[in-house]
Amino acid sequence: MSNETAAITAETSKSSPDRIAVTLIVNDVPKRLRIPAWTTLLDVLREHLDLTGTKKGCDQGQCGACTVLVDGRRVLSCLTLAVMQDGASITTIEGLAKDGVLHPLQQAFIDHDAFQCGYCTPGQICSAAGLIAEGKAKTADEIRELMSGNICRCGAYPNIVAAIQQVMGRP
Amino acid sequence: MISFQYSRANNIAEAVRVMADNPGAKFIAGGTNLVDLMKMDVERPTKLIDVSKLPLDKVEETTGGGLRIGALVRNSDLAYHPLVERRYPVLSSALLAGASQQLRNMASVGGNLLQRTRCPYFYDVATSCNKREAGSGCSAVGGLNRMNAILGASDSCIAVHPSDMCVALAVLEAKIYVIGPRGERVIAFADFHRLPEDMPQRDNNLNMDELVTAIELPPQGFAANYTYLKVRDRLSYAFALVSVAVGLELDGGRVKEARFALGGVAHKPWRNAQAEAVLSDRPANEATFTHAADLVLREAKGFEHNTFKIELARRAIVRALSQAARGTSQSQSNKKIA
Repeated sequence: MSNETAAITAETSKSSPDRIAVTLIVNDVPKRLRIPAWTTLLDVLREHLDLTGTKKGCDQGQCGACTVLVDGRRVLSCLTLAVMQDGASITTIEGLAKDGVLHPLQQAFIDHDAFQCGYCTPGQICSAAGLIAEGKAKTADEIRELMSGNICRCGAYPNIVAAIQQVMGRP
Repeated sequence: MISFQYSRANNIAEAVRVMADNPGAKFIAGGTNLVDLMKMDVERPTKLIDVSKLPLDKVEETTGGGLRIGALVRNSDLAYHPLVERRYPVLSSALLAGASQQLRNMASVGGNLLQRTRCPYFYDVATSCNKREAGSGCSAVGGLNRMNAILGASDSCIAVHPSDMCVALAVLEAKIYVIGPRGERVIAFADFHRLPEDMPQRDNNLNMDELVTAIELPPQGFAANYTYLKVRDRLSYAFALVSVAVGLELDGGRVKEARFALGGVAHKPWRNAQAEAVLSDRPANEATFTHAADLVLREAKGFEHNTFKIELARRAIVRALSQAARGTSQSQSNKKIA
């Protein structure tokens, strides 16, 4: 157990019988937690694990800013109860870069200026990673349709589609 | 969010038993609707029984030539299942017209059946809503009712059922398998959801202590002549103003059998037997389709902000029947096609 995990376990196991033990593999690191049942995965990431890259937008499943990958599939962490994900592998925006090298989607978003304020970007990138893994989108129309769960109020959509197309190898 | 107890069911019998012992409990699977409603204080269960690990996640062919879909199959997995894409494409299309891919990856098909209305007054606990709190009144009747019902509503509720999947299941005449303390039973799709009448707090005829275990599709899938047409305020990721699922059997240029259902217009997916019957043994053309649409909408009633949905529904029905007859079903990625 890392020092960080130990500290969290100590902090969250202080008291109440309401807390439930759960293990989440977050960005390849096992995290043992004791949390109330009503804690969302989003709040675990942000408030318990200090992984604030995943954003809280609407907190009710309408904006996509909280998108993460659970066992490789993109989901909304704001509508996911963490206790229901015991043993699952969670990938957040912090887990995409490897050995100091940006994930191809992160690089493509920079190359194509695919954001303005950047608040939706972690969700957009995690969602795009899920989209590519699913392998259902071939055309720009299909990318737009299957990315429609990620709202960008700055309106960077054309550049987001271009960034995803670059990673899919379609000019 | 409110506090609640949590337990994970290891088998179906345990899930049913724990529910029977905890009258304030609710089952949770995908959670996409329930967690949202709990955050809004609309749903206040004392306990959540997690059924997401139960072995109800298979899609299997039945001996009768149909398909049995486990209640925990994810919406996205069902939409892309090869047997569904090939034999029941209207179901695949309707699933892909609903929500977003993230939500479809989470949501179970059993939970989709039990989705609650998105009427804004149902969600707003500061207002009156007979569905949320029986007897408190309906704020939508005299309120902002642009998204509300034009068919089958009552004085106590004008909410609509939000599901796309269910509109296709109505056309396919699916059966719903449920289990409870008194054993298993099968509910015909048309009998599953209810009209509001004077009891809008009940969306459907599932008892509080029963668990949906499977959806069964009969063999007839209308794979050649079908469509799911969804009209909404933006091209994707929005609830329907009006949607139409169609399945046709054609004989040359004539209709042999027709089924169509409307979404976004009533408390349940809306079918009209008379309107379907007038299509039988008629030429598959616009005049026939308009006649059928007129029959469905003869009994429609608009409210202050949603009367436009009557004409919208009429045109959507004609367009959807035409799409199905031509064999050019609505694309769910390029909305300009068909």
